[in-house]
Amino acid sequence: MNGILFLIPVALGLGLLGLFAFFWAVGRGQFDDLDGAALRIFMDEEPAEKEPPDAAL
Amino acid sequence: MNNPAPLPVAGAALAISRFAVPGMRCAGCIAKLENGLAAVPGIAAARVNFTAKQVQISHDPALTAPALLKALAGLGFEASPLGDALAGPDGEARQLVKALAVAGFAAMNIMLLSVSVWSGAGGLTRDLFHWLSALIALPTVAYAGQPFFRSAWNALKAGHTNMDVPISIGVTLATALSLFETITHGAHAYFDSAVMLLFFLLAGRWLDAVMRDRARDGVSALLKHMAAGALVVGDDGQSQWMKAADIRPGMKMLLASGERLAADGVILNGRSHFDQSLITGEAMPVAIGPGGTVLAGTLNTGDAVEVAVTAAGADTSIADIARLMQDAAQGRSRYVRIADRAARLYAPAVHTLALCSFIGWMLAGAGWHEALLIAVAVLIITCPCALGLAVPAAQIVATGALMKAGVLVKDGSALERLAEADAAVFDKTGTLTLGSPEPVDLSMLDATQSGIALALAQCSRHPLSEALRTALTAAGTVPQRVTLVTETPGEGLTGQWHGQVVRLGRPASDDGDMMAAALSIGAAPEFLLRFADPLRPAAAATIAELAHLGLPARILSGDRPEPVAAVAQALGVPGEGGLNPADKLAAIKSLAANGRRVLMVGDGLNDGPALAAGHVSMAPGSAADASQNAADAVFLGSSLAPVATAIRAARATQAVVRQNFALAIGYNIIAVPLAISGLVTPLVAALAMSGSSIIVVANALRLKGSTR
Repeated sequence: MNGILFLIPVALGLGLLGLFAFFWAVGRGQFDDLDGAALRIFMDEEPAEKEPPDAAL
Repeated sequence: MNNPAPLPVAGAALAISRFAVPGMRCAGCIAKLENGLAAVPGIAAARVNFTAKQVQISHDPALTAPALLKALAGLGFEASPLGDALAGPDGEARQLVKALAVAGFAAMNIMLLSVSVWSGAGGLTRDLFHWLSALIALPTVAYAGQPFFRSAWNALKAGHTNMDVPISIGVTLATALSLFETITHGAHAYFDSAVMLLFFLLAGRWLDAVMRDRARDGVSALLKHMAAGALVVGDDGQSQWMKAADIRPGMKMLLASGERLAADGVILNGRSHFDQSLITGEAMPVAIGPGGTVLAGTLNTGDAVEVAVTAAGADTSIADIARLMQDAAQGRSRYVRIADRAARLYAPAVHTLALCSFIGWMLAGAGWHEALLIAVAVLIITCPCALGLAVPAAQIVATGALMKAGVLVKDGSALERLAEADAAVFDKTGTLTLGSPEPVDLSMLDATQSGIALALAQCSRHPLSEALRTALTAAGTVPQRVTLVTETPGEGLTGQWHGQVVRLGRPASDDGDMMAAALSIGAAPEFLLRFADPLRPAAAATIAELAHLGLPARILSGDRPEPVAAVAQALGVPGEGGLNPADKLAAIKSLAANGRRVLMVGDGLNDGPALAAGHVSMAPGSAADASQNAADAVFLGSSLAPVATAIRAARATQAVVRQNFALAIGYNIIAVPLAISGLVTPLVAALAMSGSSIIVVANALRLKGSTR
């Protein structure tokens, strides 16, 4: 019984953690462009793309 | 949207613009767009949404829409600006997926606790597990049940019922009773049933929302924006780009060749050809000179002209058509979905049944507590879990299959109405035909003549010239050296070739019936080049198949009666020409008054009101954006065949929906007597609910091949 009292909150907490992670991902728009995400892995130079534009201005 | 915000360019606030770029196809396009745009001065960042075929650009506010379009064109992509009205998903699917996640999480945990109770946990352990279940279930019902509670409340306020009323009552009663059971140390709590019910129903609701978003994204990505604005000349002669909404009557617009008008007006200077097919449906451009009226939405195919604005915004003739469309669409909003029609019979039946079993058990001498438990079991068992999934599951599988076949269906209700159509009305230009002229008999020209024709044709943007250029280039013609080419709107092109005057233009003998151009070289008699607007591939076969499916077709067109009659005769259907948008609307309404359910297929803005008034409507992917918005479905590609495919798939879907209803009713016939006789424990309810849902979804999956 003591085991259960300890394990149930742990199980629920882990589940809630997963739920919040999902909420966070939905809120950040990670599921908005599923087809695009699948294609982006083929792009080589993506990490470099984030820096240059600001330097130009 | 919520993409990570780019770092703002030092101090300046960034403007955000969105463009539909239908041409992106691969990872290379994403990289090219994002990197290429980011390299343009003034653009801070660009983010592609491949699913929606859109790109979002954060840029210096000084950069205007045309400048950004030019940057996109420089990268090789045709793009069109998207207005705020289409700015991203409205978040309904996102809300539902969150509710679904919460319900799923709760259902799993409560089920885990419930299994221990069912396998014999008693006394303190059972009470503890019931309390834990209550702790999870109460917030879940309050959060995940909202879509149903809200919709049920709205329906009740309006004085009718829908599927959500029995759902809301069932879930609320089951939760309340289970809470009471928990407090009084009872044996049976239905928390798992209540939450699982929400989970299954939310799955159905979410599928419905995804289907709508997917089709709308597809449609908005195809949008060809009419005119977002115009170059306005001020009193001081300075010209500046102005949004369509800011243009006022009395202003002077400069309209370049190839631009669409953003407002109605009168030509002040210049003479040009205007493609009015958007408004009138006529394929041939009309020559308009100074003093002539030009309408918003028409395309300037000739020279640059200066236009004085006479009406802008809501006063333009295009806005009139839009209003006509809005009025016509109201009839359609009265359509009641099949699930709600079922609910109108189902909900009272279920409530009566539950009430009767409560009264029956009270009369039979059971305590009110036991009678109430049984009544709630009846409510849970009959709760339209399978019914709630039956329709959306079938419809999303069918729309997925249709999408692969080139038809974007906007929502489930469109699919239902598509299955009911029993008459078809087609527009001619751009719908039955491709909407672009093609030369008929080029073989009679020799190589020199073809070369001269090509040299002249490539100097003009007149549709006939462009058609000639495309056809001759495809035939491998080499252009001759023609110099001093000039274009006179309404007359044609003239030039010099080896000292001779050559001319490509309006034939001297204009029979008016057929599109034609004349080619003359020196003093030799002129050649007549005839053009025709070819029928879409599979047009005749599709019309025949529709007739076979019980949808006799007819043509209603805004084009001149002669070409309409020719097409009608070729396809063997009745046809009427010379109709304005209001005439078409009236024709559709009179068909509807005779009890026909009309499938309207059209592409131009002039078809808009008819598209909105039809029982169901389809538009080709090449259609005007307003027409695509008014239509229930959009078919892609040049072939007309998807129209018949859509009808067949919609009917197959309807058949599966009916089977699913039959399955759900069959399940109720077995389960309800058990519930009334008090044999349904929470365990039985859970098994019955998931069993029937799985059967219904499995049956819906058979529709995957429905478009073959």
